[in-house]
Amino acid sequence: MAEALFEVKDLRVHFNTPDGVVKAVDGLSFTVERGETFGIVGESGSGKSVTCLTALGLTNRKAADITGEVLFQGKNLLELPPNELRKIRGKDLAMIFQDPFACLHPFYRVGDQIVEAVQAHEDVPKEKARERVVELLAAVGIPKPKERFRDYPHQYSGGMRQRAMIAMALVHNPDILIADEPTTALDVTVQAQILDLIDRVKKDFNIGVILITHDLGVVADVAAKVMVMYAGRAMERGTKDEVFSQPLHPYAWGLLESIPTVTQKGTRLIPIEGAPPSLINVPPGCPFHPRCPHRFEPCDKEVPPFKDRGGGHPEACHLSIEEKRRLWSTRESRRLKEAV
Amino acid sequence: MGRYVIRRMLWVVLVVLVVTMITFVIFYVMPPSDPATRFAGKQPTPALVAQVKEQLGLDKPVYQQYGLFVKRLFLGDEYGWPGLGFNYDGRVSVRDEMFRRAPISFQLAAGAAIIWLVMGISIGIVSALKRRTFLDRFAMGFALFGVSAPVFWLGLMGLFIFWQKFGLLPGTGYSPFRDNPWEWFLHMIMPWTVLALLYAAYYARMVRGNLIETMGEDYIRTARAKGLSESKVVGKHGLRASLTPVVTLFGIDLALLLGGAIITETVFNLPGIGSWVIQSTVRGDLPAVLGVTVLASFLVAFLSLCVDIVYAWLDPRVRYS
Repeated sequence: MAEALFEVKDLRVHFNTPDGVVKAVDGLSFTVERGETFGIVGESGSGKSVTCLTALGLTNRKAADITGEVLFQGKNLLELPPNELRKIRGKDLAMIFQDPFACLHPFYRVGDQIVEAVQAHEDVPKEKARERVVELLAAVGIPKPKERFRDYPHQYSGGMRQRAMIAMALVHNPDILIADEPTTALDVTVQAQILDLIDRVKKDFNIGVILITHDLGVVADVAAKVMVMYAGRAMERGTKDEVFSQPLHPYAWGLLESIPTVTQKGTRLIPIEGAPPSLINVPPGCPFHPRCPHRFEPCDKEVPPFKDRGGGHPEACHLSIEEKRRLWSTRESRRLKEAV
Repeated sequence: MGRYVIRRMLWVVLVVLVVTMITFVIFYVMPPSDPATRFAGKQPTPALVAQVKEQLGLDKPVYQQYGLFVKRLFLGDEYGWPGLGFNYDGRVSVRDEMFRRAPISFQLAAGAAIIWLVMGISIGIVSALKRRTFLDRFAMGFALFGVSAPVFWLGLMGLFIFWQKFGLLPGTGYSPFRDNPWEWFLHMIMPWTVLALLYAAYYARMVRGNLIETMGEDYIRTARAKGLSESKVVGKHGLRASLTPVVTLFGIDLALLLGGAIITETVFNLPGIGSWVIQSTVRGDLPAVLGVTVLASFLVAFLSLCVDIVYAWLDPRVRYS
């Protein structure tokens, strides 16, 4: 039986800027369980990264109004003093980032940087730490780990740097690994290897993975559950099958129709019209309504609550469940017809 | 690495040669007045001028003069190595005069460098970490003052306040360290500070900018994400990257100062290279000017080589490519 490891409850992160309040995250809730990969999908600026950075205390707490709860190990991370949070960060809660080229310090040896991560939380002699790091480098698939330990980041390829970052995240057997767009900066072939590695690590170490991405293909590969985010809010959340085969939110439909698939060859890619809203002036009502082809009466006035409307998983759209099913199937059949 | 250093050393020689050639052309081919006339006495006869010309070696064609100059520079002359000839004024060895004055300029430059590095780097770090606070504003206000205040003004104000008004410090001039270290210190502290202030201000602004930029880098976020303490994040990861560019600047600044801090030495009446080169230029004493040019260009070329070596040692990306 899966256990809830990491829980976000009604998280709000509002940054005060000279131009106004940026509502980067606005009432977000989800849970992550041990041994599962939880995918967070959304366009740039939808609040995916901010959510996780805030949980780790890596956003500037002073510049932001943060409310809600992030529960981990029975503690609310948002209320922990910075020094307590630091003790969890990199130990039980590890994170890897988008651009492995920029994430390693160019002046220090890769191995030493990982040794530093070991020694940040554990009082081990350097020799011992080094042995462990070499083992880990081998475990994440870096060839000749003993020699590679002494290399500098610029001598690593992009994929190897991301492997090194993963090794760094694993040094203390964390409970949760947050992967923020881990494959975005990599070649497609390397992407698959890194995703495989994350998946293997999840099983081997029995940890929960939060996978942040804008790429639905990535989520479809490895995630068990998916949350679709838009303008700092959750639009839809469910298991991978629920979201991919019976999506209930028009935004999710738009996302699915805008990515190419191999199985449905010849289908037209339909872009979502318009651009994501400014997070300072989020449209009233449903934030997606200005771009939504199915908007009706209450969409620009009432914020649709995020709940299960009978479709089996929660979503945030005013349309009734019957209407949603009908619209999605007509959209699907129209697309398939065009393909033929 | 070894081959690289040797190649760069050859470059240093070439740079010194080219710089002296340009100086030679400026001072020997296009002189404002004939040095021989100037040094031949009050009412020289043409015969005397010709004699002085011959004594000074000015009767030969320019290329021969330059050839002789280069030959003496590398092989030495009757005063020793490197051969820099003799002053027109007083006919004493340029080399001896330079070796007598250079240590004073070195003391001035080294003391100032220590002060400005300590001040500039610490002010820059504090300013960057306490960005937009009162402390930062104050420090940057000071930096603006330091950058804007000319050395001669600062020097004269300093002398007026600490010497004339309160009598806290001895006046101008130089007191050798060997005679009395405390006297020496009292005589040097004001020139050091005045000279350092300009650089300290400049370095503070640069360190602040570099550190702020570095702290926004992704690898700093990585360092935080692994749970390092903030002091390690800043002290190890932040400073290493933001202080490396300072090395480059420091090497060149120091080299230029070693060649004589002209205004400071003049204001405080220190018998260093800088005040000497000014006097010699005014008097048209060409060998002294050439000697200082050789020294300064060598120092700049040599220290920039040192900077490159240190930089390669600090930044592994330079080392391997």
